[in-house]
Amino acid sequence: MSAPAVQAPATATPATVAGPVTQARVVRAEWTKLRALRSTRWCGLGAIVLIVGLGAAIAEGGAPYQVTAANPAAAAISDALLGLMFAQLMLGMVGVLAFSGEYGTGMIRATLAVVPSRLPVLWAKLIVLGGLVLPVTLVCALADFFTATALESARGGSVISLTAPGVLRTVAGSSLYLTVVVIIGLALGALLRKTAAALAVFAAVFFVVPIVVNVLPKITGFAPYLPSNAGGSLWGDPLGAAHPLSPWTGFAVLCGYAVVLTAAAAWRLRRQDA
Amino acid sequence: MIEIDGLTKRYGDKTAVDGLSFVVEPGVVTGFLGPNGAGKSTTMRMIAGLDRPTSGTVRVNGKHYPSSAAPMAELGILLDARSVHPGLSARSNLLALARTAGIGRHRVDEVIELAGLSEVSGTRAGGFSLGMGQRLGVAAALLGQPQTVVLDEPVNGLDPDGVRWIRLLLKSLADEGRTVFVSSHLMSEMAQTATQLVVLGRGKLITEASVEDFVDHATGTGVLVRTPETGRLGQLLAAPGVTVVNDGTDLIRVSGTTAEHIGAAAWRAHLPVYELTPTHASLEEAFMQVTRDSIEYHAGATR
Repeated sequence: MSAPAVQAPATATPATVAGPVTQARVVRAEWTKLRALRSTRWCGLGAIVLIVGLGAAIAEGGAPYQVTAANPAAAAISDALLGLMFAQLMLGMVGVLAFSGEYGTGMIRATLAVVPSRLPVLWAKLIVLGGLVLPVTLVCALADFFTATALESARGGSVISLTAPGVLRTVAGSSLYLTVVVIIGLALGALLRKTAAALAVFAAVFFVVPIVVNVLPKITGFAPYLPSNAGGSLWGDPLGAAHPLSPWTGFAVLCGYAVVLTAAAAWRLRRQDA
Repeated sequence: MIEIDGLTKRYGDKTAVDGLSFVVEPGVVTGFLGPNGAGKSTTMRMIAGLDRPTSGTVRVNGKHYPSSAAPMAELGILLDARSVHPGLSARSNLLALARTAGIGRHRVDEVIELAGLSEVSGTRAGGFSLGMGQRLGVAAALLGQPQTVVLDEPVNGLDPDGVRWIRLLLKSLADEGRTVFVSSHLMSEMAQTATQLVVLGRGKLITEASVEDFVDHATGTGVLVRTPETGRLGQLLAAPGVTVVNDGTDLIRVSGTTAEHIGAAAWRAHLPVYELTPTHASLEEAFMQVTRDSIEYHAGATR
């Protein structure tokens, strides 16, 4: 049953094509930006090449991997995922630039003028980046797994199946880790607003501080709780067998950093002048 | 409609906007004038909700803009600095904004055409000239067919063709019943475009008037008279309220009376007159005088 067409009453309000702002619409807007930016494509491509390519190169080099009690299957996969260490820098950069790039160019004023409630922009960037990085890195990690294991077994190494203990968690965990890292980058970009500052903090936290903490005995106890080490417990074991956090506890600690930083970013976005 | 009431913005101990109150009505083009640093851009940023007022309120179409359901239907804004992403094409920049309000590609193409950007719509905005950047900014402001349009210095960097385009565009927007609020430091441009004026000096409202009243009151109108008998004509016209300025040539400037009166007086006294030109003080002069007064007043008050 259809209602009869009613002529709209004549009003003094001029015609408009604009509808209400919804979270879904802001997500589409952010997807439009992210997809059209060259930096996204190059960083994404770089991350894919690093994860899959470096994994294959590692599997090709060194002695064929033999699974024993001391050398679990999952550790072989962690080794093959080493490219992820470098890929996280490129993906972190995509995260940082998603916000700081808008502050740097001035586009943020246009963005926030059309979404004056502001917070939907942060959530939209989070959803779009997370929704892009999670599947892409998962495919990369799986591609890396199949390439590396095929190369290893062809060279006489142990045949490692995806169902071996810890292997699936390592593969999927690497993708989860990278997704949370991108969100941390995004939150840093939104919080600090300057690309250089946010990238410096990101690189310091993920690459410099872990090394510094490791060489200073007084604070070594804190090492497992650093974002990279805590999150690393899910996909690899950067601290060796001594890691005091279980894989999922470590991942929860990493998520904790992301939540705190995102909350701080939301607070600044909402409260301060753009 | 834009209603501003007791608006104040302080950055640290610097007061950028100081207790500003005025109303911008729909259906006419309202010019926003003031010297650099008067607080025009800050006021416009507060209208768009980008800066939070220290005190006072701004209402756009009767509503608090940041809580409006469909912001792009309420307000379209061009801010003075570039606010586009240089890595995105003109079309992608516009499309990203359009998506937030569910505006389709058709309307995006329409504003691209309207702004004369059809040939460069796929080019990265980073390579745009200032004029093209302005056109893109204006296109963005018009995207949602907003009820209120706010443009900060839209003619900046535009060629004469672009200036004419803006002038016609603003008038047609006002004719559609929209509220049009536009700042400029080019007073002559305002004289041709705006009907109403809001003049700002050092963050304070100096005057709110129609362009006509503003020019009339700020400096009187006068009549230029070219005659070989400057002395005699001057004596003839002398009356309370009439001033005659003679710079030593055959040209005198008379204010306080009309060209008709001067012509008739000269004819009765058989004085030859070669030129008789009523003049209006330009908006430029009127503006300079008004803001100079405000600056002097402030400087005096601080001593």
